[in-house]
Amino acid sequence: MAQPRAERLMNLHILLLGAKRFIGKDAIREACYADHPRGPAGDEAFERAFERDKDALRQIGAVIEVGSADVFFDDEIGYRIPSEQTSLPEIRFESDEAAVLGLAAQVWQQATLAKATTRALAKLKGQGVEIDPSRLEVVAPAITADEPAFEPLWDAVGKRRQVTFPYQRASESGPTIRRVQPWGLARSSGRWYVVGFDVDRGAERVFRLSRIVGPVRGVGKSGAYDVPAGTDVRELARRLSPSFPSVRAEIRVRQGTGIGLRRRAESVTPLDDHAGWDRLVVEGPVNELSDEVLTYGADVVVESPPALRADVVTRLRAVAGGRR
Amino acid sequence: MTTQPGDTAPDQVARLLALVPYLLARGEVRLDDAAAHFGTDAEQIERDLRLLFMTGVSPGLPGDLIEVDLEALEGDRIIRVDNADYLARPVRFSPAEATSLVVALRTMVESAPEEARDVIQRTLAKLEDAAGQDGQGLLRLHVSPTPLESSAVVPVLESALAHGHQVEISYHVPSRDQESRRIVDPRGLARVEDLLYLDAWCHTAAGDRAFRVDRILAARELDTAVADPGARARDLTGGWFTDAETTTVTLRLGPPARWVIEYYQVTAQRPGPDGTVEVDLEVASEQWAQSLLFRLAPHAELLAPSDYADTFTSAARATLSLYGADGVDSP
Repeated sequence: MAQPRAERLMNLHILLLGAKRFIGKDAIREACYADHPRGPAGDEAFERAFERDKDALRQIGAVIEVGSADVFFDDEIGYRIPSEQTSLPEIRFESDEAAVLGLAAQVWQQATLAKATTRALAKLKGQGVEIDPSRLEVVAPAITADEPAFEPLWDAVGKRRQVTFPYQRASESGPTIRRVQPWGLARSSGRWYVVGFDVDRGAERVFRLSRIVGPVRGVGKSGAYDVPAGTDVRELARRLSPSFPSVRAEIRVRQGTGIGLRRRAESVTPLDDHAGWDRLVVEGPVNELSDEVLTYGADVVVESPPALRADVVTRLRAVAGGRR
Repeated sequence: MTTQPGDTAPDQVARLLALVPYLLARGEVRLDDAAAHFGTDAEQIERDLRLLFMTGVSPGLPGDLIEVDLEALEGDRIIRVDNADYLARPVRFSPAEATSLVVALRTMVESAPEEARDVIQRTLAKLEDAAGQDGQGLLRLHVSPTPLESSAVVPVLESALAHGHQVEISYHVPSRDQESRRIVDPRGLARVEDLLYLDAWCHTAAGDRAFRVDRILAARELDTAVADPGARARDLTGGWFTDAETTTVTLRLGPPARWVIEYYQVTAQRPGPDGTVEVDLEVASEQWAQSLLFRLAPHAELLAPSDYADTFTSAARATLSLYGADGVDSP
């Protein structure tokens, strides 16, 4: 009977964990892959299984070092898992902090990320942390990722592997195939974006996941590129996306009005020089802010930025009539 | 790879590598306590332990295998594990694990009420530390939750629906820019276009109402059961806007304002001059119509009723005057 894969993975982990020297492929095969017979077919099956298993252990969190297994010749590759680097540092949590962790487990409504969170929490539980979300009166946000492209892109971000996908821009009649090295994912205004290097255009680009109209395919090897140091996916998504750019606006709102704006304002300050008015700071794309501000008529006045103020004034003039 | 909701071999190994340190630190643990601690059932722990029993430093050499006391496990449901000291510490977070947890907490910080932020920040700082310096162990993932995603309202409504309980909501009515408190019997949540609606019987208005969930400022589940538990949610995708008395308003829409046809209850439409469309719209209040005209400015022209048009023009002038010199055309 074939040995279950979980058993083999455990044995491989234990064999490499804390090994003083790099353990050669042959020794590994003998210890953990005895059911792959020697010979061309068995060799190939072993190589494939070993690659997959290393990948699985890395995804569990193990750090696998590769080096020379022979002191005198460096032609035999060996492997080991250094204990210290692979172990979770001891973290202590107060009971209210442990409750926060329990809530964090409810945030992801996407299978892969939910599973990753569960695994991370299991490791903390392994350290003895008692997790009980019911102690905290806070509702966790619920973040979804329903786009089919999310899963393969997230996988590619983790592996640093190039992908291709058909992309439909709003302004074009049909989709085009794009080749991208994904750096990361960002969610804004209820939409997912992938940020990365567009290989054909030779520049950074942002893509909306809902406009990826076909399968996302991985191309070539993992670890194929490096993400530039200091890459901020939120900032890039904001800068590169045509549906932004977002501005911070200072607006004056009559007290007792503009409830919708007040709900999402960064700050609300009563004004000394305009009795009965507050100053609000809100953020959003100019065109959307302009629509929203106008909706409130004479209860809201834009102070800055000038572009937003000018847009609102132009639109008001167009409907106010007369006065020429 | 696609999502596998089922239990995979790496899943089981990940579980074991977390379970063993817990067991070793305690020496002896009741099976049911271990299951409760990890939030799973005893059967799964037992299955995992049977796998552990088959593994060790040099597979196939007795004495070096991890020892699991199966008699104690089967008899007294007590777990004893030995000869596994090298597994005394859990494996560190993988980048994907650290990222999922850290981003979940960062998202919570943004949406949490003021008083809960401190404890979330503290927890987050400890995890960011564990993920490595300068977030080196993290993948790039960022979430800015929408108000609805971080809203406390949806879980309350879902819970009330599940229990058949009434809900007290405070609702923002944009046409009057007012907040009102109502007791409702929730019937269902429905997504129409991009928006989520609560279909309910409103006791305050004594009628069926559809509430936009993003305008529900707060919701509280009550202990009282709904009056008619059998009532089914209405189909909100059709025209459900006409609960109140309405006035017919005729608008001439330029191309940028055409979206109105899909969004509101348009009872008639005719082609107008220069690519415009003339539509008849049922509106419940003049103030609402005015807000719409402001929002659409200058791409919508009000054709009827004429008194609405006069009020709107003077409202636009009043608004423009608030901009001082900017609002006055140069001669």
